[in-house]
Amino acid sequence: MSERAQRLLELADDELILGWRDSEWTGVAPSLEEDVAFSSIAQNEIGHARALYELAARDLETTADELAFDRDPSEYRSAPLVELRRMDWAHTIARHWLYETADEIRLESLKASEDAEVAGLAAKMDREEAYHRMHAAMWVGRLRGDERFETAVDDLWPYALGVLPEEQRGELAERIGRPVVDAVERGGHSDELRELWEEMTMVRRSVPGATW
Amino acid sequence: MVTEAAVWDALAEIPDPEIPVISLVDLGVVRDVAVEGARVRVEFTPTFLGCPALEVMRDAMAEKVRELGGEPDVQVINDDSWSTDRISAEGREKLRESGFAPPAPRGESKPTLVQLQSAVFRCPYCGSTDTRLENIFGPTPCRSLRYCASCRQPFEQFKTI
Repeated sequence: MSERAQRLLELADDELILGWRDSEWTGVAPSLEEDVAFSSIAQNEIGHARALYELAARDLETTADELAFDRDPSEYRSAPLVELRRMDWAHTIARHWLYETADEIRLESLKASEDAEVAGLAAKMDREEAYHRMHAAMWVGRLRGDERFETAVDDLWPYALGVLPEEQRGELAERIGRPVVDAVERGGHSDELRELWEEMTMVRRSVPGATW
Repeated sequence: MVTEAAVWDALAEIPDPEIPVISLVDLGVVRDVAVEGARVRVEFTPTFLGCPALEVMRDAMAEKVRELGGEPDVQVINDDSWSTDRISAEGREKLRESGFAPPAPRGESKPTLVQLQSAVFRCPYCGSTDTRLENIFGPTPCRSLRYCASCRQPFEQFKTI
């Protein structure tokens, strides 16, 4: 697999899995506003995943749906941060803030890429992500200094570092205000990913090869 | 023989599936039309990548081209060429008349939370700027929710992207 296809899949898998996790708040978020916000963010992330899979699918001579749903969970390139399930609100907001901050660093670098297709798509994604970052910033403004929130950030910090390649972790540490430590790296997956995958691909697996 | 002008006119009749008061051409998402013989190539960019109306819009454009007697080739372009600044002046007016506050100009800088929380957005019903942010997110990815303290009316604000 080319370096380009691999990087596209990492990003696409992150956005798909996080989009799925965000959608788990639909109907049960602490307030109606957050129900709408997390559902909308989920829709954006899954839209980004689709565009990224389409780009990768051309390189790999397959389709976006096959990449998204027909691989074994062990083949996904997602970061463990996005796989964690059913966290309390403090952890949910902590992950949201950590992921969006890491994603901003990643998108800044992709926007400067010499690969015009990747740079163009990253710039389009970034226009939408700006609103996710505002939403995260608004919540961090409310919760910063709160013990539960700070503990949640500490818990998730090694996972957040694992979203980025090593050379970008110093920048993340600076923006979050925590030191670089050993990261929870991509490649290993929890049982939580398999559970998510089984639910996510259930309909597609029920009638293989069907056109919907 | 299909002309490019005829294709543009036909596409201008297609309403946005989620905000039907505005057409795809008003929205600025049709980027290019090129006619080569019977083949009509239409390039378009979705407003938001997660737009669920993508397929509906693509099929509607292909259908319009077929009605003109052309063979449609509709290409979805996911690049940075669309921003809300591309919505036409007429499109903005149609949005406002229907109770959707049109997007603020993006200009050179990204929108910010401070900007969103400031009282510079105009209520589409009474014209007051005494409005506040209720939710960054709304019923579709392209809209936020605001409340007008002057006429006590909640309204939808098109996001600037």
